Amino acid sequence: MINPMPKSIDRGPNLSAERFVKRYRSEKYFKYLGLFAIGIALSMLIVLTSSIIFKGHSAFWQTHIAIDVQITSEDVASISNANFRGITRTSIRSEFPEVKSRRDKKQLYKLFSNGISFEIKEYFFKNKIQSGGIYRVWVKASADIDMLRKGFINRDLEETNRRISDKQLKWYDQLDQEGRIEKKFNVTFFTAADSREPEQAGILGALVGSILTLFITLILSFPIGVGAAIYLEEFAKKNYWSDLIEVNINNLAAVPSIVFGLLGLAVLLNWFGMPRSAPIAGGAVLALMTLPTIIISSRSALKAVPPSIREAALGMGASRLQTMLHHVVPLAMPGMLTGAIIGMAQALGETAPLLMMGMVAFIVDVPGNLTDAATVLPVQIFLWADAPERAFVERTSAAIMVLLLFLVTMNLVAILLRKHFERRW
Amino acid sequence: MNTFSFICIFLIVLSGAYIFGHRYALSSVKNSTELHSLPSYHGFYVAIWFAFPALIVLVFWYFIEPIIIKSILLESIRTTAFLGSTTPDLLLNDIKNLATNSFALKSASAVKLELVNRYLELKSLGIYLKIVILFSIGMLGIFIARKKLSPKMRARQSVERVFTLVLGVCSIIAILTTIGIVLSLLFESIRFFNKVSPAEFLFGLHWSPQTALRSDQIGASGAFGAVPIFAGTLLITLIAMIVAIPIGLLSAIYMAEYASPKFRNWIKPTLEILAGVPTVVYGFFAALTVAPVIRGFGESMGLSVASESALAAGLVMGVMIIPFISSLSDDIINAVPQSLRDGSYAMGATKSETIKKVVLPAALPGIAGSILLAVSRAIGETMIVVMAAGLAAKLTANPLEAVTTVTVQIVTLLVGDQEFDSPKTLAAFALGLVLFVVTLILNIVALIIVRKYREKYD
Repeated sequence: MINPMPKSIDRGPNLSAERFVKRYRSEKYFKYLGLFAIGIALSMLIVLTSSIIFKGHSAFWQTHIAIDVQITSEDVASISNANFRGITRTSIRSEFPEVKSRRDKKQLYKLFSNGISFEIKEYFFKNKIQSGGIYRVWVKASADIDMLRKGFINRDLEETNRRISDKQLKWYDQLDQEGRIEKKFNVTFFTAADSREPEQAGILGALVGSILTLFITLILSFPIGVGAAIYLEEFAKKNYWSDLIEVNINNLAAVPSIVFGLLGLAVLLNWFGMPRSAPIAGGAVLALMTLPTIIISSRSALKAVPPSIREAALGMGASRLQTMLHHVVPLAMPGMLTGAIIGMAQALGETAPLLMMGMVAFIVDVPGNLTDAATVLPVQIFLWADAPERAFVERTSAAIMVLLLFLVTMNLVAILLRKHFERRW
Repeated sequence: MNTFSFICIFLIVLSGAYIFGHRYALSSVKNSTELHSLPSYHGFYVAIWFAFPALIVLVFWYFIEPIIIKSILLESIRTTAFLGSTTPDLLLNDIKNLATNSFALKSASAVKLELVNRYLELKSLGIYLKIVILFSIGMLGIFIARKKLSPKMRARQSVERVFTLVLGVCSIIAILTTIGIVLSLLFESIRFFNKVSPAEFLFGLHWSPQTALRSDQIGASGAFGAVPIFAGTLLITLIAMIVAIPIGLLSAIYMAEYASPKFRNWIKPTLEILAGVPTVVYGFFAALTVAPVIRGFGESMGLSVASESALAAGLVMGVMIIPFISSLSDDIINAVPQSLRDGSYAMGATKSETIKKVVLPAALPGIAGSILLAVSRAIGETMIVVMAAGLAAKLTANPLEAVTTVTVQIVTLLVGDQEFDSPKTLAAFALGLVLFVVTLILNIVALIIVRKYREKYD
């Protein structure tokens, strides 16, 4: 190519072909760099969710073992008085008559969950069995056997390095050959509260705790947030005071959540004497935390209602409050609800302030009312993540899946609500 | 009577008051156009006259009842002369605990049992008294309202004034929250600084808040030098920013300048999912997935990596922060006027040259603001570091070692049962104060920068 510029006047742009190639190459690189960055961020999202699903899917199945329970007709007649612990143990022993020593028996019992006598009792109670005899009952295996079944315990390790002894392995194989070990859907995970034994632990307690807490959060923050938004948007005179409130709300939205926890601890628990660990106290803190979100979104929803609506109502002789409550607020309601749902989703995933409010207690009961000690789903995840047993890892991931499912649903509802009611004025 | 049925009865009486006012207004005139206000406003008027005095009494009662019960109980303690070695206050607490714990009650002594019964008696008496007083005050309110009702009365104005007042009070709650945060943090921090000097706290190099039980044990007084904690926080924040700033900014540039509107509409909410994932999930991910990978990788290269390395927590936090930077920066880059770009293209610049030399410099203040917001988010982030970073306060710049952060310390100092006036728990509030002030300053500066920037191009 001919360079039109004489070399001696080297002032003008360098229009050489190499430079063009270089510039266009860097143009391309820059574009791909941006795409690459988005790719990294997306792949992080994929890695995160897939690692959770990969770790957690197995928790929805629980290994069960069938045992032949021998029961006398007297025991059947009076189920509530029968010694099911004894019945269970004799039934287990009779399957393995060669087990004699105390230590071996203890190991044998450890194949099963330590709550199986209750399971067996319930089996007889539920099926209304009237006569004695031998019944085959599927009961939960212990967490270690469960892990073995799911392939998380390496059989080739030396005996001292694994949680299951050689003898237990032998018994397990024997049962397995007889087709008496099966994985069944883990109902307990959805119907039980927390437990020290992984196979008996469930998320129901935490789920109910979350619902109670969110209920308090919603009934406190939604009316107050909407009220504040209406006042600030429609009634407050624009002056120093309203500026202050506005700046204050924006800052409050960015205060770290744990600081709200400190506020709750110092003011709600220690000063007002609210009950520790209770949904009512936790919900109140979350309400303060989500308030800015709701106020901000409600204000933008109110702003989106065109002034012509207000003018028409005022022109027809409505008072300012009537204009607001009868015309503007109903039109802004979908937007406000969307904001509220997003705020609730935020509150549902929040952990740190609730740690401060004492909702980290180990609670084996499903909370019944707003002042019972309770825990919430994210805190349950936090607690299980700390537990050393391998079986809790999959349960933690499964609980995360449930939590994410709730969050996705809430956000989808918000999006649909917005789509459905979105109006171009 | 439990709270739920109490609320139900209250609401029933409230609607009764409304209906009464409504009916009364209609019955007082032959034809409703003679009324100054709509009949429903008369209803609201009566309902307000019922609810407000009753609620004021309720709040008042909430504060006064414990004091009355306490004084009566103290009186009976004095008459039975049962004190032994305890003080009246301790005994009173004991009784309150016994009253809620039926299991411990079985083993309580007879005298205590009597006091517990007296306490419970007073409590139930208090509840009935409360209901009686509350409803009679409310009825008095209805009576007054009934006297004031007349067809000519400006009921709408009165009701609307009250409604507006209630709305105003709602907006003040946000201010009260801030004041509550500042006061509670300040108050507890001042108590802390009475025991530990601020200079030691801010500049001390040694942090070990575990106070010993006996004074002759090692570390009996605890050490409250917070510099290692601040350093740890900064280290993790720095790692997070090293991850988040390039990825977030490049994503924002791509979304704003290169992506088709369709792609952008799809990718932006998808990236924002990263910010919507609960932090406890990131914490779990960091502790159980990322940390072992980093550890394994580091060890294969012959490095010693702590199992709770700052790197794992920082990386995952960085991923969480990405959307904070990308979304806000995207908005800001979009706000750069098209004329600047057109000018640059007219000079023969390519797209990337335009972005690097024209758009980014123009958007720089706004981007700086978004980064500051992200930094403040990272400093205040709790769960990721609680689960994935360490507890030991070590002064180090090595990202492979375990460090601790302000939020981790607040959580570990305050979770669990503890007395509330030891320096250990109060230290958490001092740390909280530092956290609050720092994030507040970052936020304010960021908001000012972003606002200035917007004004420049609007």
